[in-house]
Amino acid sequence: MTVLDAPSGVRAGTLGDSVLRPDGDAKTQGTFEFSSDLTADGCLFGGTLRSPHPYARILSIDLSGAWQTPGVQAVITADDVPGRRTYGLIVADQPVFATDIVRYVGEPIAAVAADDPETCRRALAAIHVEYEVLTPLLDPEAALDPATALIHPDGNVISSQPVLHGDGNATGDVVVEGTYEIGMQDQAFLGLEAALAVPDPGGRSLEVYVATQWMHEDRRQMADCLGLDPEAIRLVLGGVGGAFGAREDISLQIHTSLLALRLGRPVRMAYDRAESFLGHVHRHPATIWMRHHATADGQLVKVESRMVFDGGAYASTSEAVLLNAVTQAAGPYRCPNAVIEGHAVRTNHLPCGAMRGFGVVQACFAHESQMDKLALACDLDPWEIRLRNAMRTGDRTLTGQVVQNVAPVEECLRETAALPLPDEPVGGQLRADGSTDVMKLPGGAGRTTTTSEVVRGIGWGVSIKNLMYSAGFDDYATARCRLGDGVATLKFATVEVGQGFVTLAGQIARSVLGVDEVVLGRIDTQIGSAGSTSASRQTWMSGGAVAAACRAVRDRLFLHVAEQHGVDPEGLVIDGTDVLDNATGWRIGVADASAGVDIDETVEYHHPATEPLDENGQGDCHVGFVFVAHRAVVDVDPELGLVKVVQLATAQDVGRALNPLSITGQIEGGIAQGLGLAVMEEIVQTDGVIRNGNFTDYLLPTFLDMPDVVATLIEQPDPLAPLGAKGVGEPPTISSTPAIVAAIRDAMRQVDGVGRPLDRVPVRPADICLPATTATAESAS
Amino acid sequence: MSDHYTLRVNGADYEVRDSWPGESLLDVLRDRLGLLGTKGACEQGECGSCSVLIDGGLVCACLVMAASAQGQAITTVEGLAPDGAPSDVQRAFVETGAVQCGFCTPGLIMAVHALLDGDSRPPGHSDTDGLSESAVREALAGNLCRCTGYGRILEAVERVVVERRR
Repeated sequence: MTVLDAPSGVRAGTLGDSVLRPDGDAKTQGTFEFSSDLTADGCLFGGTLRSPHPYARILSIDLSGAWQTPGVQAVITADDVPGRRTYGLIVADQPVFATDIVRYVGEPIAAVAADDPETCRRALAAIHVEYEVLTPLLDPEAALDPATALIHPDGNVISSQPVLHGDGNATGDVVVEGTYEIGMQDQAFLGLEAALAVPDPGGRSLEVYVATQWMHEDRRQMADCLGLDPEAIRLVLGGVGGAFGAREDISLQIHTSLLALRLGRPVRMAYDRAESFLGHVHRHPATIWMRHHATADGQLVKVESRMVFDGGAYASTSEAVLLNAVTQAAGPYRCPNAVIEGHAVRTNHLPCGAMRGFGVVQACFAHESQMDKLALACDLDPWEIRLRNAMRTGDRTLTGQVVQNVAPVEECLRETAALPLPDEPVGGQLRADGSTDVMKLPGGAGRTTTTSEVVRGIGWGVSIKNLMYSAGFDDYATARCRLGDGVATLKFATVEVGQGFVTLAGQIARSVLGVDEVVLGRIDTQIGSAGSTSASRQTWMSGGAVAAACRAVRDRLFLHVAEQHGVDPEGLVIDGTDVLDNATGWRIGVADASAGVDIDETVEYHHPATEPLDENGQGDCHVGFVFVAHRAVVDVDPELGLVKVVQLATAQDVGRALNPLSITGQIEGGIAQGLGLAVMEEIVQTDGVIRNGNFTDYLLPTFLDMPDVVATLIEQPDPLAPLGAKGVGEPPTISSTPAIVAAIRDAMRQVDGVGRPLDRVPVRPADICLPATTATAESAS
Repeated sequence: MSDHYTLRVNGADYEVRDSWPGESLLDVLRDRLGLLGTKGACEQGECGSCSVLIDGGLVCACLVMAASAQGQAITTVEGLAPDGAPSDVQRAFVETGAVQCGFCTPGLIMAVHALLDGDSRPPGHSDTDGLSESAVREALAGNLCRCTGYGRILEAVERVVVERRR
C-alpha cells in the first residue's frame, strides 16, 4: 500500500505529517526497555501456581514442599492478601488467589518468590493441592438456565441487555435469518506479561514497572488488594510489547507486588507463552442468531437478534462488551426497528474481556453475513444493498441515539469500490520461466494446489464502532505541558503500546503550541489518569488533553509577551522557535519570551456525558462513532478448503489524518488480526482445558498469509473531535473478518452454485470443502 | 564439560559461568550476558523474536544450546550498530513505519540482514530476474509481527534493496 504524502504546506513534525516514532532507533537497536527486560539489584523471581482443572473444590493446599526448596524466599496464598481478596475491572469478582473453588484452568492458587526462575519452577511443582473435581459448566445456554447450579456467588449470568427500538411487530417483504458463531481469539501480543515491583523501605509503599493499558485503573485495583492507599503505589510504564485489549485487566501486578512487599525486596515476574494464554482475558466466543426484515428493494425494516457471549469464569468487561454488541447489532445502517436480547454468561472457560473491536467484532460478523443473505434474497449486489442502507449523520442508532459525528459510510463504500482489484491472475503471475509461484496459491509451499483448481471470490464488510467508553462512564484524560528554555515538556499517563501516541503527542504540541522542540516525560502515575489505551480513544481523549494543555500554555505565554513588550496577544503565533507578531513582523525567541516565568498547565479533557441505557436499551449511550468498509479478494481451493487472501481494500473514516504513516500501520495491522479471526485463529478448549496455548498450535498470520492492502483515508474532520480526528485502531479489525468470509462464500457459489453457510469463524477447511448439503445439515443440526 | 565456557558475541569474548548444560542461547544472552536486545516470545522457534546469526546463519536462539555455539561467531542486534550508527536495515525500519510495539523488531532486523547481506539481486518480479516479493515474504515468514500486518516491513526491505543497488 502506498503511504500518502503529507499535504503540502504542513510544517515538518506537526499534525498531518508522517512523523517518525521517537522510540524507533531504540526499538530497532535493541536498547528499548520492555517490561520483560527490567530487573533490579537483589531481584527475586516470582512464579504462579495455577489450577489444572476448570472447576474444582480445593480441599487442601500443602506449601511445605515449596518452603523446603532451597532458594525459596516466600510462598503466598489468599491468606497473605492484606486487602480485598478479589479484583476486577467492572466488578471485583475474581480472586487474587483461589481459596475454596477454582473456576478455570489457569486460575492462580499460590505464588512463590525464589532466587532464580528454575528454583521458582521447582518450588511451584512441590506445592501439593488436593482437589475435589467438579463437573464444569461449559455450555453458555445452560448458564442461562435458572435451574443450573451457580458456579459463582454473583450468579451465572453476568449481564443481560435488551434493545427494543421502534415497532417490534414490524415485518418486511424479505426475511433472512441465520445463527453465527465466533470462536475465542487471543490477542497474542508478542511482548509477554512482565512486571518488576520495588518496595520502599518500610514496606508500606512501592514502585511497580509494568506493561499495561491503563495505569490508574491498575493502581486502583492493586491498592484495594494490597490494602494500601493508591498514592502509596507509583506505577511506571514498562515498555509494552503490544496489547490489543489483553492488558486491560490485572494479570501479575498484584502477585508481584504482594511478594515484593512481603519480602522487602525487588521481585520480578514474567510469564512464558503458555502461562500468557492462561493469564490474560480473550475475545469472547459468541453465538448470535439474527433475523433481518427488509422491503423488496432491500431497505432494512427490522433486525431481530439474540446474542449469547461466553464470558468464561469471571466478569472482566463482559457487560461493556455485550453493550457494544447489542447496541451496534444492525451495523452502519439505518434500521427503524429492532428487537434484540443479549446475554453475557459465566462458564468454566477461560475468562474473556477486551480485545480490539470489543463486542462489535462478533456482532459485525453476524450482521454482515446477514446483509449478504439479504442481498441474495433481494437479488441485489452486496455492495448495492449496503449503499442503500448506509447510515448518515443525523440518523438514529438502535438505541435512539442521533449520530452527530460525520458518518461517511457511503463514501467508505464508494472509495473502497474505486480501489483497483488485484492485477494478479488467479494463482499469481507466472515466473519468468513460465512456472507457477506456489507461494501465491492456497496451501503455499505445501504444493497441494494447482492454478486450474483455484476459484477467486470477492466479499464485502462494513462496520460501525463506538469511540471511547460508554453508558455514563467519564473516561477523561489528563495532560500537562510545561514551557522552559524554549522547550515544551509534556507529561501524561497515556500508555504507549505501539500505537504511536508518543509520536502524536509531539505533533500536537508542535501544531497547537507551535514550539518545535518537545520532550516527553516518563509515563507513570505521577499525574492524573489518561484512561485506557483502548476503545480507539487516545487520539481523541489524550490528544484532546495534550492539545488543551498546550493551548493553555500558549495563551499564558502570549499574555506574558503582550504585557512585557506591548504587543497585541491576539496577533501572536509561534513558528517553531520564535513568538511572532504577524501584523508587524516583530519576533522574539520562545526561550527569551518565557524567561523568568514558569508556564506549566495541567488540563483534564472530558468528552460529553453519555447515559446508561434504559430498561428497553434506549438512550444516548455512546460518545461517537467511526466507520469503515472492507473489500476482500480470496483464492480458494474448493477441494481442500484452503484459502489464500489475495487483497484487502479499505476506505476508512479517520476524521482527519494526523499521521498518515501511523494510520497505515494501524490499518494493515488491524486487518491482519481480522484475517486471523476469519481463517486461522482460535483458542480451542476441550472439556474446559485449553488445547493450543502455544504459538505452534495457535496459528497467527505470517508474512505469507497477509495480502496486499490498498487503502484510502476518508478525511472529513469531525467537528466533535478535539483535533478533528477519530481513533483508527479498531475499525480495520472489525469488518475485514466478514469481508474475507463473504469472499470465500462467493468463490464457493461459483463452484457449485449452492455455496456454503460459513456461519462460523474461524472458517476451517472442512467448512469449505465438505459438500454444501452436508455442511448445511451439520450447521442446522 | 568444564564449569565455564566462552562465547564470541559481536566480536567480543564472553565468559559464561554457572550455566546448566542445556541452557538455551537465548537465556544465556539475556540472563547471563546481559544482552537484552534479543527477545523471547514463544520459546519454541515459532515467532522469530530471538533471531540471531551464528556464523552468518539465521537461527532462533531459543532452540540453540548455548554451549554448542562455542567457537562460532554469534551476532545479535547489539552487534549491528555498535557505535550507535544504525545499519541501513535499522534505519529503513524506522523510516518506513515498520516499527510499532517493537518487540519483534530486533529479530526481524536480524532476519532481514540474513536475507539481504550478500544478496545483490535487485527487486524483481520473480527470483529469476531479482529478489521477488514472494521470496521476501517466505524468507521472513518465520518472524511473527502482531502489530504491523507486515506491509511496512516489506516496504523497509524493498527500500534497502533499492538503496544497496545504487
